[in-house]
Amino acid sequence: MRSLSYLFIGILFGITMFKVEAASWFRIYEMFQFKSFHMYGIIGSALFLGVIIIQYIKSKQLKDAFGTPITIAPKEKKIARYLIGGTFFGLGWALSGACPGPMYTLVGAGFSPILVVIFGAVLGTFVYGVLKKYLPH
Amino acid sequence: MDLILNPWPWYVGGPLIAGIMFLLLWVGRRFGMSSNLRTVCAAAGGAKASSFFDYNWKDERWNLIVALGAVIGGWIAMNLLSTDAAVALHPDVIDQLQQLGISDAGKAFMPEKFFTANAWSDPKSLLILLSGGFLVGFGARYAGGCTSGHAISGLSNLQLGSLIAVIGFFIGGLVMNHFLLPYIL
Repeated sequence: MRSLSYLFIGILFGITMFKVEAASWFRIYEMFQFKSFHMYGIIGSALFLGVIIIQYIKSKQLKDAFGTPITIAPKEKKIARYLIGGTFFGLGWALSGACPGPMYTLVGAGFSPILVVIFGAVLGTFVYGVLKKYLPH
Repeated sequence: MDLILNPWPWYVGGPLIAGIMFLLLWVGRRFGMSSNLRTVCAAAGGAKASSFFDYNWKDERWNLIVALGAVIGGWIAMNLLSTDAAVALHPDVIDQLQQLGISDAGKAFMPEKFFTANAWSDPKSLLILLSGGFLVGFGARYAGGCTSGHAISGLSNLQLGSLIAVIGFFIGGLVMNHFLLPYIL
């Protein structure tokens, strides 16, 4: 049952990423050119509602479907890892035009070379794991 | 019906993404689409190479199921919910990309040069895709999250770290888009 709920959420996510064109290489290019409000509108309106949802959950101390209180673990108070890691991520995002969610959407939509991007992303994750202890965080 | 078959506007997409974040919280999980890459490494025996992959990955199986759902959703959106997937870009962007040799800007969902089967026989395209993916995977784990984990979940939770990460996303993205892509494409 729980697996089915994850699958359903994933399907909804995949449809959304494709239909709002957040999975389009072109839209990412256009966003970094500041030529369209489209991507900023998506992220901005998601955030606007997201902040309200999270604040509501916290103030009401809501529980999830299984009765466990919903808590959000605070991130570490570090700057280097977010800034450096984020910059690496941004370089890749603008080059491949895909962040991790849309990558899977594009497999389903039939753009087969995206599999090379996913392979690269797994490789990048693996190399991070190996180099982690040598990197500034 | 046209409302569904045409591309969806931002004010539909943004709220849907917020809704998806809520649904994941409601089923006891967190919105973050890059963690599944770590799960893949752990499942493939990555623990032999780094303690970063030494955990019970089966507890994180859910994020692979979400990814599988996203694949199915992509198929449904492309094949059942779209008549014409061409992205209506800003005319300046179309001109610019055409000058850079991307002739199908404004006429397609993805640039044919990199994302149709032709790319498989073009070493330069494959290298670009592999490098882009590598940077995304490496950067997402280094920063502890990607667009969904930081730009949506983290900022929604008003986390300073996520704001710094998103600033990083844009530093990297702008450098690639404005200074490197013109030479790479």
